Amino acid sequence: MPESVFAPWNDASQKPLIRFRNVTKSFGDFTAIDDLTLDIYEQEFFALLGPSGCGKTTMMRMLAGFETPTSGVIELAGQDIAPVPPNKRAVNMMFQSYALFPHLSVYENIAFGLRRGNMPKQDIDDRVSEMLKLTRLEKFARRKPHQISGGQRQRVALARSLAKAPKLLLLDEPLGALDAKLRQATQFELMDIQEKTGTTFVIVTHDQEEAMTVASRVAVMDEGRIMQVATPEHIYEVPESVYVADFIGDVNIIKGAASPVGEQTYQIKWSKTAAPLNAVSDRPFSEGQSCHLAIRPEKVGIHADRPADADNAVQGTILDIAYLGNISTYHVELPGGQIVKAQTANTRRVSRRSFTWEDTVWLSWTATAGVLLAQ
Amino acid sequence: MKRLSWFNTTSLTLGFAFLYLPMIILVIYSFNESKLVTVWAGFSTKWYGELLQNEAFLDAAWVTLKVAVLSSTLATVLGTMAAYVLVRGGRFMGRTVFSGMIYAPLVMPEVITGLSLLLLFIGIGLDRGVLTIVLAHTTFAMCYVSVVVSSRLLTFDRSLEEAALDLGCTGFEAFRLVTLPIIAPAVISGWLLAFTLSLDDLVIASFTAGPSATTLPIKIFSAVRLGVSPEINALSTLMIAIVTFGVISASLVSKRNSLRQQRDEQAAARAE
Repeated sequence: MPESVFAPWNDASQKPLIRFRNVTKSFGDFTAIDDLTLDIYEQEFFALLGPSGCGKTTMMRMLAGFETPTSGVIELAGQDIAPVPPNKRAVNMMFQSYALFPHLSVYENIAFGLRRGNMPKQDIDDRVSEMLKLTRLEKFARRKPHQISGGQRQRVALARSLAKAPKLLLLDEPLGALDAKLRQATQFELMDIQEKTGTTFVIVTHDQEEAMTVASRVAVMDEGRIMQVATPEHIYEVPESVYVADFIGDVNIIKGAASPVGEQTYQIKWSKTAAPLNAVSDRPFSEGQSCHLAIRPEKVGIHADRPADADNAVQGTILDIAYLGNISTYHVELPGGQIVKAQTANTRRVSRRSFTWEDTVWLSWTATAGVLLAQ
Repeated sequence: MKRLSWFNTTSLTLGFAFLYLPMIILVIYSFNESKLVTVWAGFSTKWYGELLQNEAFLDAAWVTLKVAVLSSTLATVLGTMAAYVLVRGGRFMGRTVFSGMIYAPLVMPEVITGLSLLLLFIGIGLDRGVLTIVLAHTTFAMCYVSVVVSSRLLTFDRSLEEAALDLGCTGFEAFRLVTLPIIAPAVISGWLLAFTLSLDDLVIASFTAGPSATTLPIKIFSAVRLGVSPEINALSTLMIAIVTFGVISASLVSKRNSLRQQRDEQAAARAE
């Protein structure tokens, strides 16, 4: 059997586990979610990404049952979940604050959900042990939450929300309280656990790197709307709007007017004096239509002399150099005042760097390096 | 240890003298041999012995204790319920009015509370006795409990209750299994406050007490009107001793708990 890529969203025969259909949620005059439609499939690791106040937490709370949509329907496995109270949903949530019960031990915290059903005691015991093993907490079963470290608390919260084997696990900024090193390790741990249990995960985060690392698909949100839903690679390489391009990673945006020159190729007039730029786009633009060329800094080359056969080459002076250890970002000012960032890997020691402040350099990129966006 | 300056020493002495001098004098005179309260005639514990023979005082003490336990328990249940609704009920109709009204008895003169309760009991034909005092004390202690409990609930992390619901609890189960154990210290201090208020109260009790039931404060007050006896001093000293013991042990327990918590947290942080 050939190994297939996990992409149920491209398969028309797949039924989504969760469907948001024209969901709107208002709090008084404020519209938190605005006519939103979205499908999430079984076994996905789905990330809701956006700045604070974009409505991502409201979406999660509607899935958990703490908020009901003002209009529209949310379906879980084909059933409208609006009338189902939180304690009857096959959905569990891991809270941002972890919400561990301080008066109960780690063991009792994990067993809490299991004890609410009529599960026999032996089965509860087995399930809790399994969860403790999964999250490597066996040694801490008897401790109270305040007797363990932040990273361990995070794992208790995860074990507790997974104990009831929910169809869907919601994670609200699960790694927000951990420091950078621990966060990275935990991201991989989360992915590992998601794979092992086969549970559908929906994660809410404002950290784009976290979303890119863990998720099978990312939804970028702004002001209650979804701007784009795609795989991390797709979001990064083929953003559909300036907002998404700018939100995910670093990007140069050059404004100009497009003019078609051939099949899917365009010239962009961006400055009164400089030569137009060349770009390829499968999104059509009409003559003179205003457009934005979005280019990632790592796709821009930096040279001392004009490269001979570059599709695009512009000259400028180095304004700033951001040294980040593994890479350096050069901020280069073009004659019109436009600043373009170029990134290079520091394969040589920094003392032998070829460029320095105030140097005149050439920047170049290919016609396919950038994405041409209407807005 | 730092030495206090002359000014600070004086302030401290004055402050504490103001608070405790009357009580110290009372305690000293409770061990007075003489029947005359203001004349010192040597050390003796005989008034304590006589106190234990005094049926009227013992009866009154028993009534007071009964009233205090019953009314503070009732007030704690009602006050906690009221606090929970006012903090967690969301914006229901009349919420502002209710939350204002629950605090009104705090500033109401006790004479008025006592009088209105008396009129109510006469109106519904309830004979004055232990029951009426319990009801009256519950009425005025309940708002104190609700103040204490609601201030704890305001700082309570709501996601703990949501987590309980999420894990399959009904609303009541979430309250019983999660909220109540966590706010228990506030509920207990509410109970203690109500208990103390009930022990103390003279005004409201004297409106609502009947000939069949007299509380200790009423008994002491009426006895003092006939002249202060050393027996009263002895009784008061005993009450001071009980209260002091209670306060000191409560603060020792809470100090030990917070020390242990701190130690555990440090240990957990080191283990990371």
